[in-house]
Amino acid sequence: MPKITYIESTGEQRTIDVQKGLSVMEGAIQNKIPGIDADCGGGMACATCHVYVKEEWFNKLPKAEDGEQDMIDMAYEPKKNSRLSCQLIVSDELDGMVVTTPTKQT
Amino acid sequence: MIKTDVVIVGAGPVGLFAVHQLGIKGLKSEVIDNLDKAGGQCIELYPDKPIYDIAGIPECTGEELTKNLLDQIKPFKTNFHFNERVQEIKNDGNNWILKTSKNKIFSSPNIIIAGGVGSFEPRKLSVKDAEKYEDKNVFYSVTDKNKFKGKKISIFGGGDSALDWALELSKIANVTLIHRREEFRGAPHTLGELKKIGKVDIKTKYQLASIEGGEKIKSINIKSDDGKETQIETDYILSFFGLIMKLGPISEWGLNMDKKTIKVNTENFETNKKGIFAIGDICTYPGKLKLILSGFHEGALASVECFKRARPNEKYRFEFTTSSKEIQARLGVKNK
Repeated sequence: MPKITYIESTGEQRTIDVQKGLSVMEGAIQNKIPGIDADCGGGMACATCHVYVKEEWFNKLPKAEDGEQDMIDMAYEPKKNSRLSCQLIVSDELDGMVVTTPTKQT
Repeated sequence: MIKTDVVIVGAGPVGLFAVHQLGIKGLKSEVIDNLDKAGGQCIELYPDKPIYDIAGIPECTGEELTKNLLDQIKPFKTNFHFNERVQEIKNDGNNWILKTSKNKIFSSPNIIIAGGVGSFEPRKLSVKDAEKYEDKNVFYSVTDKNKFKGKKISIFGGGDSALDWALELSKIANVTLIHRREEFRGAPHTLGELKKIGKVDIKTKYQLASIEGGEKIKSINIKSDDGKETQIETDYILSFFGLIMKLGPISEWGLNMDKKTIKVNTENFETNKKGIFAIGDICTYPGKLKLILSGFHEGALASVECFKRARPNEKYRFEFTTSSKEIQARLGVKNK
């Protein structure tokens, strides 16, 4: 199973096996990773699963669609490497990906 | 004090259908919602997005679903209490006493919490001091535009609210519109209009970095992705980053919770408190799916227990809408 590393804003780090086909958000929720709220449940409607994707991985991801960018506008402290983790689908290519969660989601 | 059979907290699709399920059983409900209209997430988050998994409706938008649900419950003449949030509840024998943010008092044997992920509130600016100036120099909505006459206004956001207010206020004030990227989410023709009139200073790829001032705001600093900072003289900040959902006082009602959701049994969706039910996205149980259709089912089952509590001396009889004369009378159906 691909491994995804979630780093909290405090620096605390957890590496989790996430089943292929699940989103990075679902991997976090199922494993009770703090820092990802996912209030809308993955509908790209709330921006509370916002993460920063480490540069080298950010460039490997399919580009965010307009709807995702629109939501990132409203996220807490968005940066260049911001994504909504509900839109990042885990695959073998993303094995080892590292994401950091913002200091808070709202 | 308003006495009723059931108080429903939340006017989203699940709360609205609960009105129906209670109504056909002859129960009266009052609905309270923090928003200014019915529809909940369907209206606030995705009014135009098609939904494809409402049973029997191949495709509809959040707005259409809300309208249809409102039509469906019309016969029950339900009272809605909008722009209000339930602040406190307390137990009074078999009844619950609820107090809202507008100090309205309700008394009812049943409370159905259909609160989604909580009540909607504006997303606040995160920089230091934004809170200090809130409602003085920092606003998340406009109630009186005359206040901004002749002033320097910095507007943040890329949606329709930001664009519309930039256009509107540019007629009476000096407006700077700041947005984090070049693309705007709002209507392209409003943006076109803004550019054509040319009165609004549009700064893209910038975000708010800090607020400077004493009693009042004097200026703000905005920062680009590559670290470039610019100072803008500012009297007022208007920020339009949409709405977020906050659970609010519900978390203090002594209900068994799992993170931001309320634990219920799957027989009648009652919480650990007798007479308090939770349905829709806000409830949790093994296997829970956050689907509108699940919320409809949950409301139907909860309404049965509500009946038993509201009518302790009557026997509950399960009936179909297709055949029950009583239900049809409640729905105002004229029998042929």
